[in-house]
Amino acid sequence: MDLYEHQGKELFAAAGVAVANGRVAYTVEEARAAATELGGTVVVKSQVLTGGRGKAGGVKVVKDPAAAAEAAEAILGLDINGHVTHRLYIEQGIAIAKEYYFSVTFDRSAKMPLLMLTTMGGMDVEDVAKNHPAMLARLHVDPALGYRGFHGQQLMSMAGIPVEERKALAPIMAQLYGVFADDDAMLVEVNPLVLLEDGSFLAADAKVTIDDNALYRHPTVEAMRDLSAVDAQEQAAREADLAYVKLDGDVGILGNGAGLVMSTVDVVAQAGGRPANFLDVGGGASAEKIATALAIVLSDEKVKSVLFNIFGGITRCDEVAKGLLEALETTDVRAPIVVRLDGTNDVEGRRLLNEAQRPEITVENTMLEAAATAVRLAGEAG
Amino acid sequence: MAVIATKDTRLVVQGITGREGTFHALRNRDYGTNVVAGVTPGRAGQDVEGIPVFDSVADAVDKTGANTSLVIVPPRFAAEAILEAAAAGIEQIVCITEGIPAHDMLEVYHYVRPRGIRLLGPNCPGALSPGIANIGIIPAQVFKPGPVGLVSRSGTLTYQIGGELAAMGLGNSTIIGIGGDPVIGTSFIDALDLFQADPETEFIVMVGEIGGNDEEQAADVIAERITKPVVSYIAGFEAPVGKTMGHAGAIISGTSGTALAKKEALEAKGVQVGINPTEAAQFVFDRIGKG
Repeated sequence: MDLYEHQGKELFAAAGVAVANGRVAYTVEEARAAATELGGTVVVKSQVLTGGRGKAGGVKVVKDPAAAAEAAEAILGLDINGHVTHRLYIEQGIAIAKEYYFSVTFDRSAKMPLLMLTTMGGMDVEDVAKNHPAMLARLHVDPALGYRGFHGQQLMSMAGIPVEERKALAPIMAQLYGVFADDDAMLVEVNPLVLLEDGSFLAADAKVTIDDNALYRHPTVEAMRDLSAVDAQEQAAREADLAYVKLDGDVGILGNGAGLVMSTVDVVAQAGGRPANFLDVGGGASAEKIATALAIVLSDEKVKSVLFNIFGGITRCDEVAKGLLEALETTDVRAPIVVRLDGTNDVEGRRLLNEAQRPEITVENTMLEAAATAVRLAGEAG
Repeated sequence: MAVIATKDTRLVVQGITGREGTFHALRNRDYGTNVVAGVTPGRAGQDVEGIPVFDSVADAVDKTGANTSLVIVPPRFAAEAILEAAAAGIEQIVCITEGIPAHDMLEVYHYVRPRGIRLLGPNCPGALSPGIANIGIIPAQVFKPGPVGLVSRSGTLTYQIGGELAAMGLGNSTIIGIGGDPVIGTSFIDALDLFQADPETEFIVMVGEIGGNDEEQAADVIAERITKPVVSYIAGFEAPVGKTMGHAGAIISGTSGTALAKKEALEAKGVQVGINPTEAAQFVFDRIGKG
């Protein structure tokens, strides 16, 4: 789960990391009120779950409430990399001396947390890594050891942090590592990590991703989820415990198991079609779950045909067939459905489908044949 | 001989009295796996259709000589269950459980790895050596004995390719599902080394997917020390950047981890990569023919 900047900063502040005073605003009036309350120069920032806000015009420094309202007017509704701005964060202006970058990432390759620090803050860290690799200090933390003072000292030395700044920077890195470890984060990134004119450090941005699997022990973070930012189908799928990702084509896809569904998306594209979604019903799906899954796929108006690709392990093909037939009885199935069933109880599953003699259903024997048929039917419907 | 699931396997099932635990323990036993014990705290003295249940893995090891554990417990208890098995002297731990917090798995990984304990998974379908033993949830009816070692991050995709191979008359030495989580105990490289050392494996199929760089690292190892022929398939050529495709690890971030990058890395080391499961199976068939 990705957090908005202001949510990440809540976690930072709770860990003792300095952040600027700020208010969340959803309207121009709220932005004006926030700027009045904060007083002086404020920064109006788009809250979207993507990077590149500055370049897209999503961050504006303004001198008074009237200008804050004007900036809010411009930023609300702004589309940044496909993410439309619906909320703002109004922050107190700060006196910046230098901009650094610090992050803790979950390095799955090394299976250790990775610390990164550079004095080249405020820019894209991938550019720093590519064009100035020597400037980007990297250090792994052995999880059995946890973060220790020497990690910070070593990292600051590698990054060339001036000695007189190190005393102020060291505790912030330890606190940010604390957020990473204690809040089950997969990423804690601060860009820029700002050295203020008074010699102290402050997190001027926050990019935090929390492990979905660990949300059960972080109810306050779970409650931060912005349901309005989620696509309607994705929301319905989440509630039904189905993994759904919207794509932008017209062949609806559902199957069991992430790998097989990914592969189904591939073969539909290879057959010349455009996949409308990725939907994994998971292992051991019941007839009811299959019916729900089909309804979610069909609720995307672009879908012109549906491909069911099931290789039963724990999932039983007869259950899938029953779910599909139930769905045909209870919902308005407006698109042709191509079914491929293999694995546990596949013979019984195909028999049920064939006996039902539903004109909407075409049964195919292989994954490639099923993909070709689904693509052809979508083309005919279009 | 096969690997992981062998005739020497003495299996203890952690979570045996749960619905899934009972189902798969019995299914594995029916297949011929030597299931010697089950563990559910507070249920010592009971049995599940003749399989004795113990309070702890240590008791099960002590009383039955269990050497391999199958973990089928809810995600909140799974990391602890793996550590319990490791502390009790279990040599191989297969964890099916999906949804274990990644930070918990970091701790587990760095405990078991230096002790030489094999961990397969979590969030994996297990290991099946056709005709010998099945540990986990792989539907054995799809596969038959043969010379192809199959390793995969995805469960159902493994079944798909196994099914395609079987339809061409080809069987498997062992099928290893390594799982799709960010932290897994057995990597592609570990599985490749196991197959390289296994006399019954003559051919290796590696099924990857988007995310991370495990396939790229495996490509280097294949060039360096794997002398048996390897064919691969990578799922997710059409996956969008920044969206997680079901598996926690299956996400493309930036330019790394794409299916195309993995395909190119493998091909650069002489590994044939199919663009779909059928093509990958066909490559295997072309290389070794029937039987």
